[in-house]
Amino acid sequence: MRELWRAAFVIARRDFTAVVFSRTFILFLLGPLLPILIGFAFGGLGDRISSTDLRPVVGIAMAPADSAAVLRAHDRLTQRMGDQALPRVRPIGPVADPRARLARPGSQVVAILSGTPARPVLTGKPQDLDRLQGDMSLLSAATLAERTLRFVSVERQPVSASPGAQAQARLLIGRVAQVVMFFLTILLAGMILSNLVEEKTNKIIEILAAAVPIDAIFLGKLMAMLAMSFVGIAFWGGGAFAAFALLGGNFAALPAPAVGWPAFLILAILYFAMAYTLLGSLFIGIGAQASTVREVQTLNMPVTMGQMMIFFFASYAVDHMGSPAEVAACIFPFSSPFAMIARAGQEAALWPHLLALLWQAAFVALIIRVGVLLFRRHVMQSGGRWWKRLFRPATG
Amino acid sequence: MIGDTPASISAYAVEGHGLVKTFGTFRAVDGIDIAVPAGSIYGVLGPNGAGKTTLLRTLLGIIDPDAGHRTLLGADQPLKMARQVGYLPEERGLYPSMKAYEAIAFMGALRGLPLAEGRRRAKAMLEGHGMGGANDKPIRQLSKGMAQTVQLFGTIVHRPRLIVLDEPFSGLDAINQEKLEALIRAQAREGVTILFSTHVIAHAERLCERIAIVAGGRIRFEGTPEDARERLRARVRLRTRASDGAWRRALPADTLAEDGVWHFDLPDAGIEPLLRELIAGQAGIESLSIERPGLHDAFVAIAGAEAAGRMDGKDEEEDAA
Repeated sequence: MRELWRAAFVIARRDFTAVVFSRTFILFLLGPLLPILIGFAFGGLGDRISSTDLRPVVGIAMAPADSAAVLRAHDRLTQRMGDQALPRVRPIGPVADPRARLARPGSQVVAILSGTPARPVLTGKPQDLDRLQGDMSLLSAATLAERTLRFVSVERQPVSASPGAQAQARLLIGRVAQVVMFFLTILLAGMILSNLVEEKTNKIIEILAAAVPIDAIFLGKLMAMLAMSFVGIAFWGGGAFAAFALLGGNFAALPAPAVGWPAFLILAILYFAMAYTLLGSLFIGIGAQASTVREVQTLNMPVTMGQMMIFFFASYAVDHMGSPAEVAACIFPFSSPFAMIARAGQEAALWPHLLALLWQAAFVALIIRVGVLLFRRHVMQSGGRWWKRLFRPATG
Repeated sequence: MIGDTPASISAYAVEGHGLVKTFGTFRAVDGIDIAVPAGSIYGVLGPNGAGKTTLLRTLLGIIDPDAGHRTLLGADQPLKMARQVGYLPEERGLYPSMKAYEAIAFMGALRGLPLAEGRRRAKAMLEGHGMGGANDKPIRQLSKGMAQTVQLFGTIVHRPRLIVLDEPFSGLDAINQEKLEALIRAQAREGVTILFSTHVIAHAERLCERIAIVAGGRIRFEGTPEDARERLRARVRLRTRASDGAWRRALPADTLAEDGVWHFDLPDAGIEPLLRELIAGQAGIESLSIERPGLHDAFVAIAGAEAAGRMDGKDEEEDAA
């Protein structure tokens, strides 16, 4: 076993240095900044869009006194309920035929409120009528009660924390951790698919296979890619931390997950490593069967779809703590890391995590072994029934 | 665990008994028995598709046989002896972006040599071979011959007890072939067992203490090159002034005539009785030579003319290259 790890380390060191000390690795590190920059650019645009008032405009076609009363009532209501609560209103003067007025080219109003505050008539398309009818009823009622309408003040009684809010915050932490882990895994694990193609196209596999067990080759490649991922995560995480601090973010104000921040972060690292190696060991096994880069590219789509399904499963489970679906997501090896990190956000017990990590590690070993035996069988054209050799030593 | 100690001390560095390997319906290795004496230079000869590479890969543990048993340096799990074995595959492979000395050190590290020591030895080997300038160059910038030399150094950098070379002379120019022959002899002098496959009979004839001739997945001959040659009789080449006479009755029945030259196998009784008959019959001997058969002749006789033709064809391709 010691020799297996030594050989794996030799392979890992070669792969790690080959990737990390290449020029393309800088692009790899900077890659995630691109969507952030695009996000900032589009965020600015979004701000401008959101600052544009897109509320529908209703034309008030009443007698001047009624029209003025409606506008006053509108002002009073929006002071209490906020700017976005009601549609905008615009006096357009009395109109004999609201339908004809609405049909006029250049009309800026969505609907027309005519009649009187006591008997208002709303003219517009059916879906606009559905949308605006309640608001116009409230506006008319407020107009009628102009002098008698009294607003009741509500006494505020703040508390420092509530179990409901805390549960909500922990659920959110679990969800965010799940999404971050999923995106990191989907971004990084896919690269493993093509990991053995270099060795196969450059005929190096023969040298490796003659010198070390193929298990060590697979393991070494996984170790290298995981280490490379941690370099990336450290870079991106450090950048995000610095940006948060620079923007005046208050770390103390962040709600704590159920297991506490230190344990949660350690578990997040461990579960990411497990999610990565679980999917990675599967991908390296699948990718090893491919003989060309084109075949690997073809495999990319179904593999990504598989990842999405796992994520949706884990994502569904996070809202249903303790349900059979959640327990199944915790047990099913590929969704287990995602489901368990969400659990760490919501439940304080640590022992289930130890069990889950051992369970996931066992599956990594099993998947690697099956991948190796299939590789020997189909690529190296060696060995008979692979399942008979599943639990033999790697050198045997 | 991959260890250093052989399971038992054996006179043979490599042994295979009843080895069979089938790919689909094609039986690449068909019941081969082989024993490579420790410390010897052993050649596996055969045309393309004879099963040489499959045999070597099976012996090294890269692939498992469908039937049969093998031991490598006394261990029946070849990978257990990986630290003491060097292997140069037929299809050369190196990481193109790796520097030459790093590639050598990496190959050593795979077989347990500490990386720092591997780097030191790699630089010394390259400099000793007049390739010091290639030390820091990536493999992709080296010529094919230089890259092959780098791979060969990677095969021996960890100082193995057994070196297995699959078609090591393939792709090398005449100068590098000579250098490789010298290197093989030097390794053998240090007690290293060399097992190599080749389709170039001349290399085997110059280097090998023992050979195995493989054709159709089977060993057709195993022994010393001298044993192989002795399977054939020496050929007599006789030119006479007289074209006919009573002396012709002294020539063996299967004598061939070609442009006034008689060709026949050396008789069991030797050349002297025949000479006496020829002189007495006034044949007028102009020239007489006895030609010892070469390994190529032995190969033709053992593996068949078709196999030899394929070897020759490849020889010519090599020469042309």
